[in-house]
Amino acid sequence: MTFEQILFYVFAAVLVFSAGMVISVRNPIHAILFLVLAFFTSAALWLMLEAEFLAITLVLVYVGAVMVLFLFVVMMLDLNTASMREGFARYLPVGITVAVMVAAVMVLAVGRQHFGLEHVSSPVAHGADYSNTRELGLLLYTTYVYPFEIAAVILLVAIVAAIALTLRQRGSAKSQNVAAQVAVRRDDRVRLVQMDAEQRK
Amino acid sequence: MIALSDYLILGAILFCLSTAGVFINRKNLIILLMCVELMLLAVNMNFIAFSHFLGDSGGQVFVFFILTVAAAEAAIGLAILVVLFRNRRSINVADLDSLKG
Repeated sequence: MTFEQILFYVFAAVLVFSAGMVISVRNPIHAILFLVLAFFTSAALWLMLEAEFLAITLVLVYVGAVMVLFLFVVMMLDLNTASMREGFARYLPVGITVAVMVAAVMVLAVGRQHFGLEHVSSPVAHGADYSNTRELGLLLYTTYVYPFEIAAVILLVAIVAAIALTLRQRGSAKSQNVAAQVAVRRDDRVRLVQMDAEQRK
Repeated sequence: MIALSDYLILGAILFCLSTAGVFINRKNLIILLMCVELMLLAVNMNFIAFSHFLGDSGGQVFVFFILTVAAAEAAIGLAILVVLFRNRRSINVADLDSLKG
């Protein structure tokens, strides 16, 4: 067994273990932390596949942003974890059955007899001067530049949608009414009064 | 050496685990969202494995786009979840029956 194989099996074992804990632990916070562990080990596996940019992106975007968002949402909600567990034992057999059957079919389809080393040989490792980020960037800004722009628009839509959904107008909160400010007229604000000059005493 | 099939089988196991998670966590909407994230991770694993073994970086570009869309999906899903909890005081899937569907 080479060092690379040992690394692969260790990371794969940690990944499968943490995925199993994500779906089975009682506390949602623990589930999120196990999902973070799953993302970290996946990033390590992607590093072994020479996808360095995506591995770093997974850690930065997923662990750094999305999972923290999950954590914030779980902490904001007042969850009753006891009632959430109803039906766990009831649906456990059917869940395990479906998972095992689908996994068996998939393993038969993608196993060593179809995608083993003799069918798809392992590629030669890139040299030290190879930059995965540069290669991805060259593809992304030439061939895939139009999908790239669409991805930017999707992110913008997500920002606007998330803010529009969660923005709440409280009665007590003070805010500017720009339309009223723009529509104001001189007569609403200024009143001219006629009076005699007063003498200072 | 590690074969392509090893990575594919790992992705398949990951996908099936998250499918089982959707089955057994039918009450908790947050865990359901996390299972969807896990499924996307399994799919990305397959994409990157194929990209590496076939020597085509297009698969990694595809993973990049999947990550983008998944981040947007998570943000909107969690926003809907927060609004839902504010209105119904519950994120139990069984309580979301006001449409009588």
